[in-house]
Amino acid sequence: MSLRVDNLKVYYRTLRGDVKALDGATFTVADGEIMGLAGESGSGKSTLGKSLIRLDTRMRLVEGGVELDGKPLPIGDQDAMNAYRFKAVSLIPQYAMSALNPTRKIGKMISELLGARGVKYSEIKPELERRLDLVGLKREVLNNYPIELSGGMKQRMVLVLSTLLNPSLLIADEVTSALDVSTQRAVAETLVEFRDREFVKSMIVVTHDISLVYQIADTIMVMYAGKLAEKAPADVVVNAPRHPYTQLLISSLPEVGVRYADRKLAGIPGSPPGLLNPPAGCRFRDRCPLAFARCVEEPPFVEVDKNHHVACWKAQ
Amino acid sequence: MSMLSLERVTKRYRVGAFGGRELTAVRDATFAVKAGEVVSLIGESGSGKTTLGRMVLRLASVSGGHIRFDGTDVSRLKGRKLAGYYKHVQGVFQDPFSTYNPIFKADRVLHTIRPTFFPEVSAAEWRKRIDTALESVRLDPRQVIDKYPHQLSGGQLQRMLIARALLLDIKLLVADEIISMLDASTRIDVLNLLADLKERGLGILFITHDLSLGHYISDRAVILRRGVVVEMGTTDKVFGNPRHPYTRTLLSSVPQMHHKWTRADIARTIDGSCAIHDGGACAGEPQLVEVDDDHLVGCAAH
Ligand SMILES: Nc1ncnc2c1ncn2[C@@H]1O[C@H](COP(=O)(O)OP(=O)(O)OP(=O)(O)O)[C@@H](O)[C@H]1O
Ligand SMILES: Nc1ncnc2c1ncn2[C@@H]1O[C@H](COP(=O)(O)OP(=O)(O)O)[C@@H](O)[C@H]1O
Ligand code: SF4
Ligand SMILES: [Mg+2]
Ligand SMILES: [Mg+2]
Ligand SMILES: [Zn+2]
Repeated sequence: MSLRVDNLKVYYRTLRGDVKALDGATFTVADGEIMGLAGESGSGKSTLGKSLIRLDTRMRLVEGGVELDGKPLPIGDQDAMNAYRFKAVSLIPQYAMSALNPTRKIGKMISELLGARGVKYSEIKPELERRLDLVGLKREVLNNYPIELSGGMKQRMVLVLSTLLNPSLLIADEVTSALDVSTQRAVAETLVEFRDREFVKSMIVVTHDISLVYQIADTIMVMYAGKLAEKAPADVVVNAPRHPYTQLLISSLPEVGVRYADRKLAGIPGSPPGLLNPPAGCRFRDRCPLAFARCVEEPPFVEVDKNHHVACWKAQ
Repeated sequence: MSMLSLERVTKRYRVGAFGGRELTAVRDATFAVKAGEVVSLIGESGSGKTTLGRMVLRLASVSGGHIRFDGTDVSRLKGRKLAGYYKHVQGVFQDPFSTYNPIFKADRVLHTIRPTFFPEVSAAEWRKRIDTALESVRLDPRQVIDKYPHQLSGGQLQRMLIARALLLDIKLLVADEIISMLDASTRIDVLNLLADLKERGLGILFITHDLSLGHYISDRAVILRRGVVVEMGTTDKVFGNPRHPYTRTLLSSVPQMHHKWTRADIARTIDGSCAIHDGGACAGEPQLVEVDDDHLVGCAAH
């Protein structure tokens, strides 16, 4: 088992109280698994991703733990985590493309980054060049500044960079959202290729776009308002979801072939609860067409079928 | 007759130090939007979609060609005549948050248009019209009036901007990537809303890089590549029988929910055959050729 997350709670401290952005997540990601992580804006996807790498000063580990390759990952201890970042766990943050330092040539940036991890640039350069070839980037890009690269080139560069030390786990947060469809596809397929070549053992691919992640993921996990709603093999989430939120979400997605004139799709009325004082019980309750008396109690996230976990009283 | 028609519309930007170089962002774009019709303008990032939308809205000057609205050439209108044009044509853009000033309440955007466009309407009457406009975009006035932007969701803010456009009694809406910031569950609401408005006679230029959204609501589609229209026509024909290699590439890369990418889609995209020159030498001339009723395609060399 590559990654094991146990009842993880991470809150943001604010003046008005704690924002319960990740409120008790328990799941595993197997060796070789690409897990898509989907959910509405604000549901806690990036919070989960960041928690596995670096808690920023406003984030507080409230409860729970993480194991990577059978050993505890000290996510609450920022100094201890230094030994793991990049080497064991790597994150491509949301908006990574714009976060590249614009005043540094790419090669120089990589060499500094590796230096800080005690790795010699000259030693890793042959492997770096091999991987640039693999993703179709010219070796000359190392002499370019980030702004000289197109969006798709930057994303491939960031991908090569963050997996250079063959981490066990890669978290890719919205790496394709800003790209157009044909570039999206190329980047998404590169993720699969990196897994197949074992540059990384497993991946969490965070995205709004379920139809994109469906193309490449083995499993999909859906979050809602700081909680896990459902996790299952990608085909099951798309074709036979069991959580009412997942069902409504999937049926609200337009795809090429669906026309307003032929079939009118429907959204999900209402909006998610605030996470400052979220309601007790199931957080989807006031939007859920199936809600009943029992839903004032919180539904546990349980395995309803092999490798299919759902947090809903109706699905058990 | 078409309500909006573009005739060889071109936009050149001056770029580089001292504006020494020229970049042609849009070249010879010719297409039209009728009343009660949604035309989607589809292309990848940087292809010139926003530039075209901004020219129609006269937020960017037109370097060449003509834009006509109800028969009048609006491409060089100024002053009062331009203000009159804005009574009929309005735009809504990608990021709803950036349109609002965080220090004012959000509904201010609905109040400020009265003194400019409807000074003769009383404040009380205007408030009634605001309620009607909000209801027609399916917002409950009690939930959104008197709130600051940060207290509203992206979908609510976006709908409020559409309500603003409706208050002006417009005939044409330019919607530039208005869906991309919204969540899946809100997206479809805003799309359905646009479709309703179209059924009531509004013309919509729907700008998007998302083909499934464009396909869902539009009657006609215009495919833009590097500033040049490469294919256009009824949505059925452009999506059902794409003739330009670029349109085919785009369509084959769209992630589908119940169908995984296969090598076969890629093979289809390698078919770069030209619908006009059919194996002959491609001259790469800019004109589109009609390959079917209301289905025009450009040379594959573009
Ligand atoms: N620094 C912060 N301080 C307080 N609250 C925060 C902070 N960062 C995030 N939050 C809140 O935590 C919740 C989860 O945010 P998160 O960024 O994890 O969402 P997400 O699922 O990644 O959304 P998106 O799809 O928009 O990227 C939201 O309610 C958000 O407002
Ligand atoms: N104000 C400007 N000055 C110079 N170039 C611009 C300006 N706005 C857009 N461009 C250029 O024009 C082209 C088309 O851009 P845009 O219309 O924004 O495309 P899209 O909306 O399809 O992404 C791009 O090459 C872009 O860099
Ligand atoms: S637990 Fe109840 S409210 Fe929650 S999703 Fe299931 S049925 Fe709906
Ligand atoms: Mg995020
Ligand atoms: Mg644009
Ligand atoms: Zn040709």
